[in-house]
Amino acid sequence: MKNNTIINLALSLIVISFNVHASSKVHLDHADTDISNTASLQNGAKLFMNYCSGCHAISFMRYNRIGEDLGLSDELVAENLMFSGNKLGETITTAMPEDAAAKWFGGTPPDLSLVARSKGTDWIYTYLRSFYEDESRIFGVNNSVLVNASMPDVLWSLKQGQTEANFDQNVRDITNFLDYVGEPAKLIRLKLGKWVLLFLGILFILTYLLKKEYWKDVKYGIWRPRD
Amino acid sequence: MKNKQSWIDQRFPLTKVFNEHLAEYYTPRNFNLWYFFGGLAMLMLGMQLVTGIFLTMHYKPDSAYAFASVEYIMRDVEWGWLIRYLHSAGASAFFIVIYLHMYRALLYGSYKGPRELIWILGMVLYVALMAEAFFGYVLPWGQMSFWGAQVIISLFGSVPVIGPDLLVWLLGDYAVGDAALNRFFSLHVIALPLILVVLVFLHIVALHAVGSNNPDGIEIKKNKDKDGIPKDGIPFHPYYTVKDIMGVVAFLWLLCAVVFYAPALNGYFLEHANFIEANPLKTPEHIAPLWYLTPFYSVLRAIPPMFGSQFPGVLAMGAAIVILFALPWLDRSPVKSIRYRSPIYKWALGVFVISFIMLGWLGVQPVTPLNALLARVFTALYFAFFILMPWYTSIGKTKEVPERVTG
Repeated sequence: MKNNTIINLALSLIVISFNVHASSKVHLDHADTDISNTASLQNGAKLFMNYCSGCHAISFMRYNRIGEDLGLSDELVAENLMFSGNKLGETITTAMPEDAAAKWFGGTPPDLSLVARSKGTDWIYTYLRSFYEDESRIFGVNNSVLVNASMPDVLWSLKQGQTEANFDQNVRDITNFLDYVGEPAKLIRLKLGKWVLLFLGILFILTYLLKKEYWKDVKYGIWRPRD
Repeated sequence: MKNKQSWIDQRFPLTKVFNEHLAEYYTPRNFNLWYFFGGLAMLMLGMQLVTGIFLTMHYKPDSAYAFASVEYIMRDVEWGWLIRYLHSAGASAFFIVIYLHMYRALLYGSYKGPRELIWILGMVLYVALMAEAFFGYVLPWGQMSFWGAQVIISLFGSVPVIGPDLLVWLLGDYAVGDAALNRFFSLHVIALPLILVVLVFLHIVALHAVGSNNPDGIEIKKNKDKDGIPKDGIPFHPYYTVKDIMGVVAFLWLLCAVVFYAPALNGYFLEHANFIEANPLKTPEHIAPLWYLTPFYSVLRAIPPMFGSQFPGVLAMGAAIVILFALPWLDRSPVKSIRYRSPIYKWALGVFVISFIMLGWLGVQPVTPLNALLARVFTALYFAFFILMPWYTSIGKTKEVPERVTG
């Protein structure tokens, strides 16, 4: 009886502490991206190179890797995604000089190679859709996800003349592209995974049957229980 | 074939070793699921060594290049992402397997005489593994690598009198930086793997000298037939080798499910903040070690600073690990297996498991007044399991242990 009390106390403490965990962070919308949707990735790449890459580098990513993974020829990549006179095999840096960046934004805009891995896709998707007018800020806008962000609302011009659903889809595509940039191998591993698991599943059945066959000795054969 | 075998046997005891440790090593016939984890731990050591060799070919232990070289492995090295994920998820899988392996010893009293030395060697292995994992986690040089190292290393700085000098000696510098990264790399790829391999060898030699325990906690060597073979024993090879192969495939299925579908496991196997390069000028909001070290991290945080020093917390954390070594001598129960133990032992073990899991969970949470209180309560329960053990294992009614193994 006494021991029951201890266990009950322990269990109720667990319940209490899990409730405490419910944190008071900003609400994030679900990005609902699909990395297997190539059209979405292509649109995201185009939008990223047009609206974001002027300031943000993705310096772990190479131009031709994007072409290879998103089914774009070298010519298409060169015409539509490259604006800085780089070579195809080079990584995607930005042309913005550091001292100018410091003057305009108070610092170099962050490299976005791994932003989807450190912040998550929901954060990116919500952040890009959370700018609001605020005259007290230098660019006239503020952001409810990242308060006092030093970034202007660069997607403002994209938003004009679009339905909200359309704009959300475009932001989703940019988010999807950044998710891909964060981990290009994700395209391979998700495709390969099911075959690996299928192979191991079949191998398990075979090894189970092998074990069963040998253990007949232990159950009924030479190694059966002895007195 | 026969000729070659005798040629070798005249020069090296190949057949003798094979028989002693496999074909004529008699193992209890009643092993259950819990007995897969020792073999799986050896599999994980092998996998970490092999994937580690390939990672070392491409990784650069230099604070200016380390972070980028890991991303280079993830993107530009052929199958580099797979090798890296097998290694990073493998580290967590290794600890899962080890914790289950250790829990098995608690369930069936495998640490009790005559297996005290196996337990001691296993504990040294566990401590070496924690050090290995800690050094490995620093290498990608992300924010958590850097700040985690900062927190753990600063513990040494809290040692009275010699602390500050000890810190500089350990780091080779006044702060965590390039010098520390280089020596951690050296320890991670040479010193500790060597120690681990030697200790595993000794752990198995000791095990094979006394023989394996089993879920009934019976010494099978007490009942031998006229040929001197334990009546409840079966040859390890082929019966347990085929069974372990089956276990290995099942385990690899689970590991691959993680590696291919959730390699970061929502921040538990690879922390989100570690995808940001180490920045000594920017402290993350929340620093937590990886899950397998968090129970001890919680003990550390549970003890408040005394006389302006963090040292009491460090001592408590050390004691939480060291006390495990004493287990064979704290347990006074006449029986080994949980199957025949008194109810009070089962309750104690249950409370211990809950305390350990809760300390681990609290270790990844931010410190709030309630969390701090919980960490203290569970730290007290954790230590109570050991300190009260001589008492509660000597009272209570145990069940009668059968002569021969069951099931």
